[in-house]
Amino acid sequence: MKFAIQVNEGPYQHQAADTAFQFAKAAIENGHEIMRVFFYHDGVNNASRFTLPPQDDRHVVNNWASLDIKDAEGNPELVVCVAAALRRGMLDESEASKNSIDGNNIHPAFRISGLGQLIEAGIQCDRLVVFGD
Amino acid sequence: MLHTVNKSSFERNSLQSCLNTIDDTSVILFIEDGVINAANNANSSMIADLAANGRVFALQGDVEARGISSKLADNIKLVDYAGFVDLVVEHGTAVSWV
Repeated sequence: MKFAIQVNEGPYQHQAADTAFQFAKAAIENGHEIMRVFFYHDGVNNASRFTLPPQDDRHVVNNWASLDIKDAEGNPELVVCVAAALRRGMLDESEASKNSIDGNNIHPAFRISGLGQLIEAGIQCDRLVVFGD
Repeated sequence: MLHTVNKSSFERNSLQSCLNTIDDTSVILFIEDGVINAANNANSSMIADLAANGRVFALQGDVEARGISSKLADNIKLVDYAGFVDLVVEHGTAVSWV
């Protein structure tokens, strides 16, 4: 079955990000497909490549990256909402240069896109599961 | 339909909102702090009735993490994450009460 997942909370603040990851992992292990994970609201903080938890703690960002969720062309399907990301200082290379900011922090396993991607996932997938606070 | 509840009813009204809304075929899954609703001292009669019909589940890892394994209310079924996935597959639309 084809799943989409929406994550509305950041890592290390609320359990939603962990639950969503464990759910996605279990779905893949049981033969399902995760078509897309959409990170919305504070959930965009799951995509920061500067995240450095203590060594004995789980690494939520790398956990997401390890799921290797991509489309047929190899583009990341860990999708970060652009409006939610920009207002929280989460930028990829293109947004940084567009806004003349000298750095970017989106992990390469993620990509920034618009809310349309959530709607599309909701239409194309068999199930959309939301994790939030 | 599958309804997930992730907050204790001591903290928010989401469980009550869920119970006010669900139809006769829906099931409830307690996750995160929602598993506190599965403890035998937090239990409402409506949950007890639903559980008696096999329609109430709780995520095992979250139950254990909160130390309430030994005081679960009757008839609440424990599932792991794979069981969570199965519930979503089986029951169609998943509604998250937060």
